[in-house]
Amino acid sequence: MPKVEIVGLTKTYGSIVALDQVNLTIGNGEYVSIIGPSGCGKTTLIKCIAGIIQPSRGEIRIDGKDVSGLKPEERGVGYVFQEIALFPQMDAWENITYGPRVKGWPEDRTREIGREMLEMIGLRARSDAYPNELSGGAGQKTAVARAVSSGSTLLLLDEPLGALDAKVRTDLRYKVRRLAQDLGLTAIHVTHDQEEAMSISDRVVVMRAGRVIEEGTPAQLYLRPKNTFTANFVGEANFLRGKVAEIDGLGAIVEVGGRMIGTRATSWEIGDEVVVCIRPEFVSIEREADGSTLKGVILRESFQGSIVRYLISVSGDLAISADYAADLEPLGLNIGDRVGVNIRRENAIVYPVSGEGLAREISLE
Amino acid sequence: MRLTPSVRLVDVSKRFGRIFAIDRLNLEIQDGSYVCVLGPTGSGKTTLLKSIAGLTQVDEGKVLLDGNVVNDIPPERRNAVYVPQLYALFPHLTVQGNVSFGPIAKGFGEEEAAARAREMLELVRLERRSGSFPQELSGGMQQRVALARGLASGARLLLLDEPLGALDARLRIELRGQLREFAKRLGLTVVHVTHDQAEAMTIADTVVVLREGRVEQTGTPFHIYHRPQNLFVANFIGDTNFIEGIVSERRPGGSTLELRRSIYVMVADTSYLPGERVVVALRQEKAHIVREGLQRTNVLRGRVQAIRFLGNFVKCEVRLENEDAISCKLMRVREIPRDGDEVAVAFRPEDCVVFPYPPTGLSRELEVF
Amino acid sequence: MAEGHQERVGLMDRLSAEPKASRGLYSASALFFFVIVLLPAITGILLKWEKIHEALSDATMLSRASAALYVSFAIALSVSLLDLLAGIPMAWLIVKRESKLINVIDTLADIPFIVPTVALGYSVLLFWSGPSGLSSLFGPQVAVEPGWALVMLLHFAFSYPIVVRLMVGEFRGYRETYELAARTLGASAFTAVRTVTFPILKPAFVAAFLLAFARSLSETGATIMVAGAFENGTVFIKRAKDAGLEGPLVLVSLALIAISVAIFGAISFLGPRLRLPIRKVWPNFERRMSGYGGWRDLVTVVAFTAFVIIPSLFIALPSGAAVLDGTFGRAISGQGVWGDYWKSLAVSYAVALLATMVNIVVGFPMAIIIARRRFGGRASAIMDALVNVPIIVPSVALGVSLSFFWNALGAIPEFWILVLVHVSITYTYFVRAISAALEGISQEVEETARTLGASPFTVFRRITLPLAKYSFFSGAIMVFTRSVDETGATVAVVKQLKTAPVLLVDWVKNPQLYGQSTIALGIGFLVLMSFMVLLALRLGLWGRR
Repeated sequence: MPKVEIVGLTKTYGSIVALDQVNLTIGNGEYVSIIGPSGCGKTTLIKCIAGIIQPSRGEIRIDGKDVSGLKPEERGVGYVFQEIALFPQMDAWENITYGPRVKGWPEDRTREIGREMLEMIGLRARSDAYPNELSGGAGQKTAVARAVSSGSTLLLLDEPLGALDAKVRTDLRYKVRRLAQDLGLTAIHVTHDQEEAMSISDRVVVMRAGRVIEEGTPAQLYLRPKNTFTANFVGEANFLRGKVAEIDGLGAIVEVGGRMIGTRATSWEIGDEVVVCIRPEFVSIEREADGSTLKGVILRESFQGSIVRYLISVSGDLAISADYAADLEPLGLNIGDRVGVNIRRENAIVYPVSGEGLAREISLE
Repeated sequence: MRLTPSVRLVDVSKRFGRIFAIDRLNLEIQDGSYVCVLGPTGSGKTTLLKSIAGLTQVDEGKVLLDGNVVNDIPPERRNAVYVPQLYALFPHLTVQGNVSFGPIAKGFGEEEAAARAREMLELVRLERRSGSFPQELSGGMQQRVALARGLASGARLLLLDEPLGALDARLRIELRGQLREFAKRLGLTVVHVTHDQAEAMTIADTVVVLREGRVEQTGTPFHIYHRPQNLFVANFIGDTNFIEGIVSERRPGGSTLELRRSIYVMVADTSYLPGERVVVALRQEKAHIVREGLQRTNVLRGRVQAIRFLGNFVKCEVRLENEDAISCKLMRVREIPRDGDEVAVAFRPEDCVVFPYPPTGLSRELEVF
Repeated sequence: MAEGHQERVGLMDRLSAEPKASRGLYSASALFFFVIVLLPAITGILLKWEKIHEALSDATMLSRASAALYVSFAIALSVSLLDLLAGIPMAWLIVKRESKLINVIDTLADIPFIVPTVALGYSVLLFWSGPSGLSSLFGPQVAVEPGWALVMLLHFAFSYPIVVRLMVGEFRGYRETYELAARTLGASAFTAVRTVTFPILKPAFVAAFLLAFARSLSETGATIMVAGAFENGTVFIKRAKDAGLEGPLVLVSLALIAISVAIFGAISFLGPRLRLPIRKVWPNFERRMSGYGGWRDLVTVVAFTAFVIIPSLFIALPSGAAVLDGTFGRAISGQGVWGDYWKSLAVSYAVALLATMVNIVVGFPMAIIIARRRFGGRASAIMDALVNVPIIVPSVALGVSLSFFWNALGAIPEFWILVLVHVSITYTYFVRAISAALEGISQEVEETARTLGASPFTVFRRITLPLAKYSFFSGAIMVFTRSVDETGATVAVVKQLKTAPVLLVDWVKNPQLYGQSTIALGIGFLVLMSFMVLLALRLGLWGRR
């Protein structure tokens, strides 16, 4: 039995549609992230699951039971708020044991779970610290421990790492994942940070303007996104407008700015207007321009730590980004050098041109 | 002839109570350069910016703009614009009102101020929203208005406090190049403060790493990335592996280190004596998963503990046979090992940066929170 | 593109950037506060220190004085607690349940706030004890005779909106997230509110209690109307003054001041340290209690209607009747007593206007000192506390002290002494309003404006003032209405001049000279004028938006 089933969930505020017929199923023990730009409805969705917001229409089932009539305190769902929301009047111990206490657990059981939780998050020595005395990361861990201490098997996280420094975030996300795993929890983790979602999730759901656009494993969404929005949202990509010029045994060949790019996309016809999407790490640069798919001139070089990014002008005002792994021998290229650009056919994804225009379609706001 | 200001801080300190927010800080910023000040929360970045702007009076030291000591000069005459993280747009003025505020305050006539405002709004492509109020705009648009407002005031020095911090992750990546582009186009000097090292590495001419009010290292992104001066910088920038060891042998071409459980590795560093306790810092993309039997200098065996798909690379966490943990960033996603696989990890001696073992212990030194 | 600083900036811009000039301004404002507001209030009463011995030697007078003091504090304490008990659920209702009815209730809850207290006093008197009030429906046995019970009913009604307004603001600003977090952890609504929300809001409860407490202690005019033979501190002082007995006057005033300050200090200090019982939870019982929300709301609204709204609005009936029976014509023509009436109204409004203007000019810099810590953190904390003195100290005692001080200085005309007294009494309101507004304006906004090239004066003119506009007008309105309303200190100070409320109290205490019609109409005009002034000011605000 799936852990959570959401059917036709809709939420409107007057004329604003926050959620639009959302369908989602989450399996037992899965760690699922919901990503999307601000205002896409992801927070509204988990608030409906927790019972904090009442949906306008639709059904939510947890463990097979319809929860629409249940108040938040009756749903048994752990929730971690974006602002952390540790009770300022209580210390870490009292915060973590709040759930068991208000549920009327016997004293010794409460004490046991409190100790276990503090041990798990490594804060046994800080049990009497108040929220304003804890660092950002410690506070976050306490909030997570509090959410699961009274035995909830479903954990909802609303941008739990948002307020933390980049370095702390990358460290903490794995700890949260491990905690969920060790306790055998099902988790729904809402975030705007696609890298965070991809690094720890079993499955990722992409939302936009109240709808679920796409869902899949991190690798599926990254390597085979079904639409341009997803392609642009889960990572950087080159988008090239063109027309299908030829079709051979392997797939369509698209003419972009006078050059030909081969793809493995079938189901297109000659003359179709399309958008070709290639991730920068799949654009390879050759010193020798002969025999390459494309030829171009280096416009810009940018060092980015483990990669070097080149901006290459291929024709007219068409330019593509190519990422070169810094662990390879340095290419020794300069701005203005002529180079060859290779794109393997299986790495080029082809999309239809949409009515609203590419810029609007992939817009992040 | 245009004089773009340069910034110089000489032994500058600022105390709040008994805590030094910045401590005998020395800094020099060249005209027209884009400098990122990088450091964790609480390292003194905001105090640094406010000291340059004149919003905070320093307790010791000299602040020089364009070669002149400005310690006693009020903010409105320093020609250095401060943009806080949440932009501080004036909620009671329209976009046009906000952007023309600077010129009007400096005494320009209404018409000229409006013309300047229009020019800057066109630069940031928001000329069509000039009649809107800040609350009606998205985060990215508000950021551009704040930028235009700073540019319109005629300042040659921009002080940006986490300018992208309030934006979604993906938007941040998209907009950071634009910040640099505007600055370069107008020939401005920028001091851009952030805790996001990827951001700093991508757009800065110079990176200044700050920790607890002191400068840890200054240099180009390339230099800081490949030659970090201490453990803090090595840990803060990029993704790094840290392995403890003891120097067992030192030769002119390199040294041999003994790791846990008597595993030996070679490094190109020769600055430590045999018997000294050290820590090896190895960038995760320099740790390669190789096929067995290949001739490499350093090859360690281990078992894959976790595979994390991170988009343009895959992170492979390996538990080595001597119990040390090592992460490898695999960038050409062709043959990804699986959970539990036995693998061999190889790295070159010259890719290892060696530091002395910290007296406070390794985990404390690497602590991020 | 030209750069740098154009030299077309004005004198004010240059001055404001000059640290000495701005320090001079703030020092002058602080000096004004100490010399005109604080010092006279403290030293005035001390000038008559020897008179206390007179009073202490008279045993009967002493016991009468102590009884009056005891009664003042007892009533203030119990009424404030009752107001908290009744006001908190009302504020909850207003914030949590949205509907047209609730909006009406929200507006009505402000009525006792807007209506001058003398009007409230007379309305309460007629409703509870007059023959045409409650007793006309249920018979003469239910009538409440003038005395301590009526005083309590009056105080309850006029402190009610203070508590409700404060709590509504707190509930609206309160981050619901804490309560929601508690709910998701398994706490029923009742438990969540008790263990999480209330402890967080405790400072607001303490503040509301103290405000209601201060108001009850201070109120003079209306209390005199409804007290009958009964005597609390303020009534005692008025009687002592009328009889020319300076000794008991000084004794009771001093006692009121000292004990109020002590109580305020004690509660402000102990309040944060008082830990509400939040460890123990009774899940089943509290879950059931969560279900009684509807009953609670009903009781709240009924209590509000019966004890606050109807008694407050009751005056409308006799006022309306007075318009129809010819009193109106006499009033307009200024015949007989009405001549004095219109003169007193003119005095009231003149004093109020002057007091407001002075307070705006001297209060604004003081608010900046407090909110922006111009003289450092510790100094601003001290100022913050001291600025509250005029409202902590009962206004009648303050008036006694001030009148001794200013009269000792020489021949200052009574009108100007009145203005000075009103400035002191209302000082706190404007400063509080502005400093709260300033605290709401992020300092970053002002700092950024400075770096864009604006001098401190330009920042004030173009950024701070526009953003604080609403609080500016609200603060000014509060000072104005408080001054018009003022009876306590005025009663202690006046010799010949009468302000409108003081005149009306006189009328009520002499029913043989002034009929109910006359009084009701007089009060009616006062209420009408107050509404019109308020409306004009509110429209003025909207006009500028």
